[in-house]
Amino acid sequence: MLFLIIKRILLGLITLFIVSLITFVGTEILPGDACTTYLERQAFGEQLEACYRRLGLNVPAYERYMSWAVNAIQGDFGYSLSGEMPIKEVLGPRIKNSLVLASAAIFIGIPIALILGIVTALWRDKLPDVAISTVTIFAMTIPEFISATLLILIIAIWLEWLPGIVIVPTDVSFLELLPNIILPVIAIAMIMTAHMARMVRSSVIQVMASEYVQMAILKGVPYWKMVFKHVLPNALLPAINVVALTIAWLLGGVVVTEVVFNYPGLGRLVIESISNRDLPTVQALAIILASIYVSINLLADLMTLMLNPRLKTLQIRK
Amino acid sequence: MKLDNIYQEEKKSNFAKVSEIIITMASRPSGFIGLSILIFHVILAFISPYIAPYDFKAINPTLMLQAPSAEYWFGTDDLGRDVFTRTILGGRTALTITFFGSLIALLWGGLLGIFCGLVGGKTDDIVMRIVDAFLSIPWILAMLLIVSLLGTSTEVLIPALGFFYGKGIVRVARAATHDVIAKDFIVSARARGHSNFSIIWNEIIPNVRDAILVEGAMRWSWMLLGFSSLSFLGFGVSPPTPDWGLMISNARGLMSFAYWSVIAPIVGLSSLIIGINLTADAFAKALGIDRSTKAPV
Repeated sequence: MLFLIIKRILLGLITLFIVSLITFVGTEILPGDACTTYLERQAFGEQLEACYRRLGLNVPAYERYMSWAVNAIQGDFGYSLSGEMPIKEVLGPRIKNSLVLASAAIFIGIPIALILGIVTALWRDKLPDVAISTVTIFAMTIPEFISATLLILIIAIWLEWLPGIVIVPTDVSFLELLPNIILPVIAIAMIMTAHMARMVRSSVIQVMASEYVQMAILKGVPYWKMVFKHVLPNALLPAINVVALTIAWLLGGVVVTEVVFNYPGLGRLVIESISNRDLPTVQALAIILASIYVSINLLADLMTLMLNPRLKTLQIRK
Repeated sequence: MKLDNIYQEEKKSNFAKVSEIIITMASRPSGFIGLSILIFHVILAFISPYIAPYDFKAINPTLMLQAPSAEYWFGTDDLGRDVFTRTILGGRTALTITFFGSLIALLWGGLLGIFCGLVGGKTDDIVMRIVDAFLSIPWILAMLLIVSLLGTSTEVLIPALGFFYGKGIVRVARAATHDVIAKDFIVSARARGHSNFSIIWNEIIPNVRDAILVEGAMRWSWMLLGFSSLSFLGFGVSPPTPDWGLMISNARGLMSFAYWSVIAPIVGLSSLIIGINLTADAFAKALGIDRSTKAPV
């Protein structure tokens, strides 16, 4: 068991190492670098040399990678090119804001997704299922920027209930942020909930069709007791991993949603730093977002391991 | 009797097989709706340049932000351009780019996945670690970086989208290959001394084709979503090309008093994405593949 956990963590670390290599090599081989962008037309001769020296771009690439990696492990990502500010300080409040947004969406989304998924599975092909499934298909296929735009149009502009665009400084306090995040949270939670509800539904349906559930029905176990004792525990376990993958995948959608609502989070920083060709910040963002992805998956793996006694013995025998 | 049936199935032409699958897809309501929407959009993409009532880039300052009327069905935008014309033309670029992008994704993802599943061992381990690493970088960050450094031309967008949406197919193709590889006919092909290439071409591809095609169809709708998001963020096609994502982002700032110029492209893009999604779902069901337990990686 302990061996397994250590192995998963090691695999995650290897993935992160490769990610750091990819982002470093990727930003290296693509044409244009910080200095040519920064100096534009004056990018030649003495000035270019001076800029390379100032940013430490004159040493070989592998040496730069080594020093960058050593610093990054300690949480020091160097200086952002546009703001001339340590990236650590730029990232701090942004991470907090995005975390507030994402966790609010997850905490609202997961219970709703569970209820919707279970209801649609138990009343499969009946009216509740058909109605809810149709809505979830719409909610999960329509791009985030469209649902966000429609939310702003209907709730902020036509009904004038909530502010449509977030106008707060980056380092705003949590309470001031709260009324502003309602619409972005709805936009993100909608698509997340729809994806998860569909997975829970098919997982529950699969378990309902299994032989031991059929046996329980034949033995005359009361319906709801069977659902809660036999079906749900077995159906929700495999769903954990898939839900984690979905959450991680939706990080990309969070970027778009933050831009639509002008929300001061990591997503808008992605767009800003790419528009400014601020490559050190882009590298830091790639590593941070990849670590979030890896840790969500790791967490899901560990949760499945802890909760499923069968998996434990199975893996050890292997 | 049983042998006879198998023999007959072998003799079915490709055309008969394809039409049978399409009929199965259209026999479900959701599949029928999806197919109709998709066919409508494809036909529209072909004929829209000939039926467009106005020039999509003709700017007319006297006609700025007109409400829908008999002359301008969906009104006009902030530059006085006809929204109806731009809306029916708005899907062409997205459809073309994502269609060829999905083909590339299918090809490289499918072949690499089959190869990894077949050889296994060290090579497989290394390739899968790299694929995992690519999967953990958010697609949007990678795409934005490539596009902002290399430009937004079609020659950049198609391979870039093809590459980033193909890495998930590697996993699916590899898993499907693993399911096939232990079967007897592979073992006997090996015993007959067939090369890896021959085994892949004659034995594995026919058996994993369905799974990979379904995955490719699904990728198409996600790629469309990704491409429109790029356009929306200003990193996709460049103006004045009519494109739904771009139109939505342009019209968004003015939607408090000119909502028509944002509604039309929203309907166009949403209906196309829903159409492709429903079609892909029906396609999976017609081939007997359950995709609903898979995460959208």
